[in-house]
Amino acid sequence: MATAEIPYQETVPLHHPKTWIGKYVFSQDHKVIAVQYGITAMAVGLVALFLSDLMRIQIAFPEFMDWFVEDYYYQSITMHGMIMVIYLLTAFLLGAFGNFTVPLMCGARDMVFPFVNMLSYWVYLLSVIILLLAYIPGLGGPTGAGWTLYPPQTITEGTPGADWGITTMLASLAVFIVAFTMGGLNYITTILQARTRGMSLMRLPLTVWGIFVATFLGLLAFPALFVSAIMMILDLKIGTSFFMPAIVSLGQTLAYDGGQPLLFQHLFWFFGHPEVYIVALPAFGVVSDLISVHARKNIFGYRLMVWALVFIGILSFIVWAHHMFVAGMHPYFGFFFATTTLIIAVPTAIKVYNWILTLWKANIKLTVPMLYALSFVLTFIMGGITGLFLGNVIIDIPLSDTYFVVAHFHMVMGVSPILAIFGGIYHWYPKLTGRMLNDTLGKWHFWITFLGTYIIYFPMHYLGFIGVPRRYYENFDSSFYPASAQLLNEVITYTALVVGVAQLLYVINLVHSYFYGKPAGDNPWGANSLEWCTPETPPGHGNWGDRLPTVHRWAYDYNVPGSEKDFIPQTVPQGQTS
Amino acid sequence: MRKILDHHVAILLGLVVIGSVIFNVWSPWQFTEIASNWEFIDFTVKVTWWITGVAFVLLGLFMAWAIWRYKYHESGESHYEPEHPVLESWLTIITSIGVVIMLAPGLIAWDDYVQVPSDAMEVEVYGEQWTWKFRFPGEDGILGATTVKKNVDRTFDGTTYEPNITSLNPFGMRDDDPHGDDDILIASNVLHLPLDRNIKVVLRSKDVLHDFWVPEIRAKMDMVPGMITYFWFRPTRTGEFEILCAELCGRGHHIMRGTMYIDTQEDFETWLDAQVTWAEMKAGQKPEEPIVAKGRQIADQNGCFACHSLDGTSVVGPTWKGLWGREITLSDGATVIADEEYIVESIVEPNVKLVEGFGSVMTPYAFEDDEMEALVRFLQETAE
Repeated sequence: MATAEIPYQETVPLHHPKTWIGKYVFSQDHKVIAVQYGITAMAVGLVALFLSDLMRIQIAFPEFMDWFVEDYYYQSITMHGMIMVIYLLTAFLLGAFGNFTVPLMCGARDMVFPFVNMLSYWVYLLSVIILLLAYIPGLGGPTGAGWTLYPPQTITEGTPGADWGITTMLASLAVFIVAFTMGGLNYITTILQARTRGMSLMRLPLTVWGIFVATFLGLLAFPALFVSAIMMILDLKIGTSFFMPAIVSLGQTLAYDGGQPLLFQHLFWFFGHPEVYIVALPAFGVVSDLISVHARKNIFGYRLMVWALVFIGILSFIVWAHHMFVAGMHPYFGFFFATTTLIIAVPTAIKVYNWILTLWKANIKLTVPMLYALSFVLTFIMGGITGLFLGNVIIDIPLSDTYFVVAHFHMVMGVSPILAIFGGIYHWYPKLTGRMLNDTLGKWHFWITFLGTYIIYFPMHYLGFIGVPRRYYENFDSSFYPASAQLLNEVITYTALVVGVAQLLYVINLVHSYFYGKPAGDNPWGANSLEWCTPETPPGHGNWGDRLPTVHRWAYDYNVPGSEKDFIPQTVPQGQTS
Repeated sequence: MRKILDHHVAILLGLVVIGSVIFNVWSPWQFTEIASNWEFIDFTVKVTWWITGVAFVLLGLFMAWAIWRYKYHESGESHYEPEHPVLESWLTIITSIGVVIMLAPGLIAWDDYVQVPSDAMEVEVYGEQWTWKFRFPGEDGILGATTVKKNVDRTFDGTTYEPNITSLNPFGMRDDDPHGDDDILIASNVLHLPLDRNIKVVLRSKDVLHDFWVPEIRAKMDMVPGMITYFWFRPTRTGEFEILCAELCGRGHHIMRGTMYIDTQEDFETWLDAQVTWAEMKAGQKPEEPIVAKGRQIADQNGCFACHSLDGTSVVGPTWKGLWGREITLSDGATVIADEEYIVESIVEPNVKLVEGFGSVMTPYAFEDDEMEALVRFLQETAE
């Protein structure tokens, strides 16, 4: 790209807010929107975390909480799953990280459509409010259908929340998708149209690449969830039979006829599998950048990392039915989906190799964000290899619907992206606030969270081998469980409680450091990408002052032979070293 | 000591890897002992376990070593080499080979799993919230056709139908299919099967998704209302095994259990001979007075039997067998005679006088006088 070209955003004036409300509440500044997304997602995530601890207590000590009846348990698994996947992980990785990093890393003043971007947050907040409406007393509570919402049970009387609970859930999902679409169109357009001079696609940091591909996946996958939510509302409210065959529910022969429950499962997983990568790819990107910056070494195999992201993104649309190997679909699908699923392991493994090879012959600073990134890699390897069990159709037969699955997906798309999020927050907090987070608190939180979650989920795979089924309100009265499995269960619960409480350390750190943290300066980590080159820290509205930065190199020039410092920012012209 | 503190991150990450290996070797929690022909599944798991295990240990330890070896020094420099196409190609090739070695046995086993041997004996598993029923095809070897609704009539004004799955026809047998008459119906959650026979399990659900699963058999498959699914296996040892539901099916999912006995051929036949066929069940049903039949129909249509049994077993609510005229203890300790007044009150305001040991889960029902009379007469009749 010729450097003489004037970036689009340098030619349009910014509308600066005139009031406090315009600046901090109904703000069109991508950084403020990122914080709004982040705080809302974390708040609702704490609710889901609390639910998970209630469930763990119930599983290990069924006598302990008499008031925690079946309905509460099934409602909790549903809300925990849905909140974590959609309202925390998706919202945080794209809404918070996407909003914060995309314009800064591309060298843009803001998102291309700031007003739509603002709407995106407020519509997201609305979806969270609708989701939590189900807890209003008298409505029957939220749905207990499991986060997969499989009909017919979702809308029949044998499931808690089969009326208002499921209605608010489906409405909330539909509204969330509207919010996501507004945000997603912004990220893609900004990445394609608003990169500054010299910022070619192959000079973009991998964080932006991860968010870019994930947003594409989201825009293509969420409509499948949207239509299935609408179709289910129609089945529930006006008696259509999209997903409902003739059934006898609790003794009553219902009027439904001729629908197909598997249709919903296909639609759901056509969304649901890409959703895994909507969460994973931004995490991949963030971790790639964290490892490179803190290891003081270029990311190994940048081009292959980009193509692996793209390849994983494409493949993620033809593996969905590996979630349905025991669903009763045509058995020959098993051959196809097992093969595609194991093929996706290859680009994923390449990413892991490249992270680890980045450490080789590096000069590794074990900062707190680096700790999170390293633990992400180890946790992700564990979660990834157990995916090779479940993706291989015949092995899925004995293991599906057991605790092996619970352990697998928590490792791979629960704990891993959360560790990437924690790492990312530590990394960018100084740029966002101008202050460093507290290292001591950070290290305590890190070790408790990383080791704790490993102790929770690694042994849990073995409960799956025994054959302990998931989603059971009471588990341990079966004859084939060894008595020691109950002991393991109790250990898991104790650990889960400790990890749950330890998350407060993080909240305390975020709040405390905002007021009392060490001043950070412009570039505390010695990083190269554009967000560290802003004229002010925290960056003002418009990010760059009068003139957008000019990019001369990729984001990974660390320890380039012959340079005096161990990093060369992207704005430094070729031939110069600082 | 200083060195350990300096390198605590590398050491702890290494310990996590080594600890995982030790846990795996030491763990008393492994696959439950197999009781079917699917050893090949266990073999495929072992292949995958070794390949992924070696990869995990190599990657994890390499990472820990790199963190130790290349820890930050002020004077340290990292090696600037953006790409290494040869190394990247080799890693891709090795990974692909590993994937093929894992996938190949898996697909071979799957091919076996989805093709039922022609000599397999059929048994139908019939799932409902939250119990199991079973059906054998009888002498003709063919399971009779079933349906949820009969006399379905679709017009522009709407659809009318009669329920076919009722207390008199719990399996929903079609009366126009003679293959059904010799079908053997097991209306309990206890199943017996013979040793060393190939068995095709045909799966049907009445209401929502369920999944028939016995961990020792390894095999499982969802049951989907509106369609028939299947899997097959061959039992390889006798014994008593627990049946679990492996697909979330509502608030009673965790109580949806059953028992499967694998018997010798002789024991199995003895047991099977003692069960009733559909023809026998129909013949054993006495003709009922019109008002009693009407009461049964009302109970059927309102789903009363989902909670109240007619055979003396307690499900969610008290059984109706022997209820009429009996003195019952209420949850507050008082006693009451189950007469017409009490029965009607319990239908209209079910949670006021709860029978001891049962929860307040029933919703109030309102009936026309003639319907209520029929229902009460039916209860009176079934008590005997």
